[in-house]
This record gives sequence, C-alpha cells and structure tokens, in this order.
Amino acid sequence: MQLTVWTYEGPPHVGAMRVATGMKGLHYVLHAPQGDTYADLLFTMIERRGERPPVTYTTFQARDLGTDTAELFQKSARDAYERFQPQAMIVGASCTAELIQDDPAGLALTMGLPCPIIALDLPSYSHKENWGAAETFYQIVRQLADKARVAPPREGRRPRANILGPTALGFRHRDDVQEITRLLGDLGIDVHVTAPLGSTPLAIAGLGEADFNVVLYPEIAHEAARWLEKTFGQKHNKTVPIGVGATREFIAEVCALAGIAAPADADAGRMPWWSRSVDSTYLTGKRVFIFGDATHAIAAARIARDELGFEVVGLGCYNREFARDIRAAAKLYGVEPLITDDYLAVEEAIAAASCELVLGTQMERHIAKRLRLPCAVISAPVHVQDFPARHSPQMGFEGANVIFDTWVHPLVMGLEEHLLTMFRDDFEFSDAAGPSHLGHGAATPAHAEAPAMADAAEAPTPAAVAAHVEAGGWSAEATRELMKIPFFVRGKAKRNTERYASEKGVAAISVETLYEAKAHYAR
Amino acid sequence: MSVLAPVRPAELPVLRERGQREVFCGLTGIIWLHRKVQDAFFLVVGSRTCAHLLQSAAGVMVFAEPRFGTAIIEERDLAGLADANEELDKVVRQLLTRRPEIKLLFLVGSCPSEVIKLDLGRAAERLNGSYDGVRILNYSGSGIETTFTQGEDACLAALVPEMRAEAADQLLIVGALPDVVEDQFRRLFAELGIARVESLPPRRAKDLPGVGPGTRFLLAQPFLGDTARALETRGARHLPAMFPFGAEGTTAWLHAAAREFGIDEMHFRSVVAPGRERAKRALAHHAERLNAKSIFFMPDSQLEVPLARFLSAELGMTLVEVGTPYLHRGHLADDLAALPAGTQISEGQDVDKQLDRVRAARPDLTVCGLGLANPLEREGLSTKWAIELVFSPVHGFEQAGDLAELFARPLVRRDRLTV
Repeated sequence: MQLTVWTYEGPPHVGAMRVATGMKGLHYVLHAPQGDTYADLLFTMIERRGERPPVTYTTFQARDLGTDTAELFQKSARDAYERFQPQAMIVGASCTAELIQDDPAGLALTMGLPCPIIALDLPSYSHKENWGAAETFYQIVRQLADKARVAPPREGRRPRANILGPTALGFRHRDDVQEITRLLGDLGIDVHVTAPLGSTPLAIAGLGEADFNVVLYPEIAHEAARWLEKTFGQKHNKTVPIGVGATREFIAEVCALAGIAAPADADAGRMPWWSRSVDSTYLTGKRVFIFGDATHAIAAARIARDELGFEVVGLGCYNREFARDIRAAAKLYGVEPLITDDYLAVEEAIAAASCELVLGTQMERHIAKRLRLPCAVISAPVHVQDFPARHSPQMGFEGANVIFDTWVHPLVMGLEEHLLTMFRDDFEFSDAAGPSHLGHGAATPAHAEAPAMADAAEAPTPAAVAAHVEAGGWSAEATRELMKIPFFVRGKAKRNTERYASEKGVAAISVETLYEAKAHYAR
Repeated sequence: MSVLAPVRPAELPVLRERGQREVFCGLTGIIWLHRKVQDAFFLVVGSRTCAHLLQSAAGVMVFAEPRFGTAIIEERDLAGLADANEELDKVVRQLLTRRPEIKLLFLVGSCPSEVIKLDLGRAAERLNGSYDGVRILNYSGSGIETTFTQGEDACLAALVPEMRAEAADQLLIVGALPDVVEDQFRRLFAELGIARVESLPPRRAKDLPGVGPGTRFLLAQPFLGDTARALETRGARHLPAMFPFGAEGTTAWLHAAAREFGIDEMHFRSVVAPGRERAKRALAHHAERLNAKSIFFMPDSQLEVPLARFLSAELGMTLVEVGTPYLHRGHLADDLAALPAGTQISEGQDVDKQLDRVRAARPDLTVCGLGLANPLEREGLSTKWAIELVFSPVHGFEQAGDLAELFARPLVRRDRLTV
C-alpha cells in the first residue's frame, strides 16, 4: 500500500474515458460501483464540455453483489446500445469490478450486439491513466482499422498524414491539433484522420489510407503508431513539435516522411526575437526546475536552455513508462533525473534545487506557491483555468509564442514584487508617510528623516529581523545586510552563508562572512 | 408544526427506480467532515480511483496539508490478506509519525477494501493500543454501501459507541454543521433556557459528548438514519421535526426541542420572533423571483425532500419531481406532510430515464450533480449544482435568505446574460 494525498494520474479507466469522450459514435460501458460516475465531472467541469461523456456505468451496489452483477452488466450494455446506437462499443471494468471477476469482455462478446465490441483489460492495481488511454486507443485501432484499406498511389495527390494522440482532458490538445493541422497544411500535407479527438469508429477504419502518421503525444499514441507501422508500413515522427527548435526539426522530419522538400525559411513567429531582445537579458542563467509528463518536460527543458537561456537544474516526470527518455534527457543537462509519482519527493527536490522558476503541473504550482517561487504550468494534470477559452497551443510556432509569454510572465511579476518590497522602507512608500493626498501634515516626520536616508536604511526594522533571522550566529549587522537581498534569493543566501560558516568553522556570521560565502558559491 | 400532525406519506406517489445512478459515494463526506473535526484524520483504504475521487471533489483543498489521504491498494496487496494487514500497519505508522497532532484516526472502507473483505474493523481494534492518545475507528464510505452524505451517517454512527454514558438531561444536535450555524443554534437554545446542548460530531475528538437516557436529540440533517438508530440503542430519544431550512422549518425544529424541555410557549415565541422575522424578510426578497417557478430535483444528498418543502411552502415554487437517493420516511415525516398533495417523489435512479423526464417537463430549474449540470445548460435548461447545498451554510434563520439565493442566482444570471 502507498500513502497518497495527491495523484498525478487517475486510474486506467479514466484514460479509457478520455479516449471515448474525445471520439464520437463510440460508447463505453464500464462495469463499476455506484460513485465512480464522479469521473464525469472532470469532463463537464474541468474541460467544460456541454455533453455527458459517452459512458454508461453499471453502478452496482452491495445488494447486487453475487451473480446479479453479470446480468446487470448485460442489461446496461443492451440499454446503452439501444439508447445511443453507437458505431462501436468499448467495454471494461473499473478497479472494484476487476476484483469481482465478472469478465465484462466475455459477457459483452456473447450478447450479439450489432456493432463491434472492443474488450479492454486495464489492470487498475498496477497501471494508471496514461497507460489506460494508450492501451484503449491501441485496442480500438487494432480492432477497427481495416487492413484492406491502404494508401492509394501518390501520383497527382498531396501527401496525407494521420494525427495521433490528442484526447479529451488533454493539456492544450484542442489548440495543438489546430496548430499542427495548419502547419501541415502550409507544408502541403493533408490531414487524413485525427484520432482519438474528433474521430469516429468509422474514421478509424480508414487509418491505413494515410501515407504516414504524426504522433503528437507519445504517452497516448505510441503503441497504436507502432502497430500501424507494422501493419500498414506507416512511419511516424520522433520529434514532438513543442518549441521553436523542435518545431523546425519536426517540419524537416514530416517533410522527409511525406517525400517533399522542406521550406528553407519557415516563419518561426515572434518568440526568437522576443528572446533576443535586450529586455530578456535578465533571463540568462535563471535556474529552472522542470517536472511533468515526460513529453512536455523534455520539450520544456530544450526550450528553457536553448531558446530562453535558462539553466536547467532539475528534470523529472511522473509517468514511469517514459522514464528512459527522461534519463537520457537529464544526461544532456547534467542533472539527476527525478522519476516519481510522490509529490513530497518533488517538493523536496524543488526545495533542494534552489531554483528561481518552477515549470510543472497543477501540483508544482502549489508547491511553488508554498516555497514562494515563480511558476508556470507545462503539463497535465491541470485545473480548470488551464482549459482556456482563448487559443493557446503549446505546439508549433504559435505555441512557442504562448510559451514565452506564459513562462516569462511569473518572472516579471517576481521582479515587480521584489521592487515593491525593496522600496517598502523608502520614506515615500513607508506606512508612516501616510497618503500623499492628505497634505503635508502626516508626511512631515518622514520628510524630516529624509536627509538621513543612508542611516535610516541601516536601521533594522525590528519586526522584519525577528521574523526572518533566527539564532545561528548572525550578527545584527549581517542580518541587516541579509535583509537587503531580494526575498526570492534571500533563503538561498542564508543557507549558503550558514553552510559556508559551518564548513569554515566560523562561529559568528558577519557582513564579511556573508560576502565571503557569496564569492565562494558564485556561479 | 406539531409532532402529532397527521403523517401522509402514503398520499405521495413514490417512483422507485433502479439503473445507472449518477451520484457520489460516501467517501465524499470526508471533504466536509475533516474540516469539522479538527484533530481527526481520514485514511481511506482503497484504490487509485478513490484517491482520484477525493482529489477531484476536494479541489484546491488537497494542497493545504489536509487531514485525509488514501492508502492505495497495489497488486501485491491483493495476493494475500495477511500481507495487506501488515502493509496497512506500516502506512498508519508512517502517517501518525508525520502527523503527531492527530487524535482520532478513521480507517475508511471503500469498494475495493469491502470486496476483498479486508477487515478494517479488526485492523482498527488491533491498532488501537499501539499509539498513545490516538483513537482508531472504522466505517465504510464505499459506493456499494453508501451514497454521498451517507458517508457522514456511517462516520457518526461509528462514533456513537465511543460516547461515554451520561445520565443527565441534555439536548444533542446531530449532524455536521458549519461552525457559524452551530453557534447560532447554541445561542438560541441558551436563550430558550435549555441548559445543556452538545453537538455530534464535536469540533475536537476529546469533546465527544456523552449519551444516555436523559439525552434527547434533534437531527440537523436528514441523512442520519444509522446514527439515530445507534443513539437510540444508547437510550437517547429522537425529537421528530421538520429540518431547519427557512423560517418555518427552523421554527418547527427549535419548537420540537422547546416543547420537549418544557419551555414556556410565550417565551419560545419571543425568543424566535426576531430571527424568524429576519428570515421572512430575507426570503421575501427572493420569493418574487422564485414564485411559481418549477423545480426538478435529481437525487444526490437526501436533502431534497426538506429543501423541496422549503421551496414550495416558503417561496411558492412548483415541484415537478423530488428525487432522493434514499427516502427515510420516519425522519422526513413532517417535511413530507408539508409537501403539496400529489408531489412526485422518486427514490433511487435510472439516470437516462430521469433525464428524459427532465427534458419532457423542461423545469425552470433542475438541481443536479456537476456531471449533469453543464450538459443540461447546453440543452437550454437552468441548473443548480447540488453539492453546494451540502458545503454552504444553509440551515437556520440567518441563512434562509442565502439558501433561497442559491436557487435564485442561476435564474437571475439567465436573465442578465445577453451573450
């Protein structure tokens, strides 16, 4: 057993729901106890869908346990078929139904329903959401793709590709699909089928008619793409087009797959210039910690180092299936890979990394808030605000524009907050100064002190000192100096100084010690 | 409202349905229970699905070091039961080391733990001596046994055997209420002159009240069937009443206690009059908007019958159908009796058929869960999502206006928007 408060991924049947909800004409009959319908609200609330997910639950209760549940399942499947008339059905069990061993697959297959039935075996006690989505999509493709329908000869037509991987409840999947469809169109490549998002079982049957596949989210589409390659000889891309560099590489790759010439000078959008403009100079060497699903984390690391000039000080993912990719990427940046689904381990790693920006999921957003670090979201799981109304892809050149704004925004905010804090004790900004519109009376004392500004700055504000510096050999003067350091690096400076002092056997920390340590740890 | 008022539930047609139920399981009760009992921890023994449900239901609360968590059963735990018990001990040890301030630990059963027959009652007993000053109890919040608010019932029922024997006369308020509401009620009872008033659950584990033949209890919530039965076996006596929603409901509820404790009728009237008047004034504000509007309740929390009573009797709304996951006729007798004759009640659910009825009736407002709300809005039907009624302060005189506003707001919004 594992003690858990927060889970990065849901159970595998939620992955299957993401595939089913992304599609039309497909219905999911899920053998599950009363209460498992909670998953519906992920789609209706977080993604704000205006339709119920196409899922029928058996919602069995204690009184149904026994032979009754198998019958209940068959009744639910029959009713669902009659009501929704799907082109195909997927059937399976949730975690509890897995334990009562009714075999929904076997039951459904013997019912003689007049549509293809795809049986899912999703082991809930060893696998998770992404795996469930990948397995579901793979089974749908394997069982519905018509092997007789292959790509017609190329003469006189544009190359065509399938887009694979986007689902319901995917982080920016909606806009990524739009962006990549446009990008492929501009290159002269037609999109044949996009799946699962927006496709139907009938469309899946024709997957083989494309020349090659574009895999956008390997976590979900990799298994299916491998099978399509084996069955139809369709090759697929290796680079996920998140970031300017990756998008350029992706363009070269798909042009090669399509057998067309890659454009020499693709318009890469505003991001490269924004990053080169002098206002961005202060981004250089910012220490960034990255965590999310492997695909988004690896893409983010490349952007961070090569396109924004950050230093990657931590890289990790929560989906073990892609641990190998994260390890390989971590080697590139000379950092220790972090592969865990325990948010406490992530929190520890972030705290230890002394980073200045966190890129992660909804959970890292909260960790960063607690540690008072700037943060941006790069990966699922995400909350409702990361299913925005406006167009905000991550992929392609527009995606790069979006990423630049999203990541830099919290840093600019950080700078603003710092400036406000720094000037808080200035005579014009102090509480004692009073509101300026009330005339001179209230402001007089502060003005009187103005000529002595240099001294005033030296005087410690007792409350601030007491709040921030505990015992530990700090002299009053060193403490005052420490308080002048911007709040978002102050903790690090304090730790470094104390570590330096203990290593050198210095008992009393003076201003001297503070700057000795600063020089010692200078990077 | 007299306790002797004729009970007429037989006159109300009750439609019993079985089929897909779009409801939460009892685990969800943890979300508000853990806020109420400040030194309790709720450890669910279940699957990743259970953890995912709590996370989805708790929203941002998950990040504030909440006092609940899930021991996720893994493949190797399913291999043999002895092993699962050792694993559970390990998790409990890990947890209590991390959270030394915890005084009451609930091992909460789930569907998976019930199906593999992991005996959490025995586990709680076994663990009980091991941690100084920590009481370990067990109840089930599984979907196969409990629906949404029934999780609170199971939890409180598990507390009843822990209550010390208490012979003295006292009034017990049963059901978790927001602190602000609980304080209002306590002030009213004190003014009435009822000397000793206790609450179940208490705010801290050590303040668990006693129970005995002198105990009379008022149910603040309609979903506490098992808790009431457990209290009765300890000698306590239930005071039947309408539930304290709106001016009338609250008056009737307070009156049941006042009569039982021999409070003078004139004194009762003078004590409740100011609150009752304020409530009525606050309601009048919304009555105009809600009067004659039709409302359809999908089953969710068992609050449906008393809320329907409030909306129809005090605000003039028309009841299309009042769905409830479970109908406790005894506890709801007074509210049922105050419903208009012929009100369609439904118990249980077949969600697709019920949605067909919603679409056919096109009510002005449908009370339903979050899985159904947006899809119905998309079809042009106004909705009020039901869980808010469980989380928000809605009982008593001072909240009567807020409660009405929860129903009026979606309609106001619909009128305002031009997009």
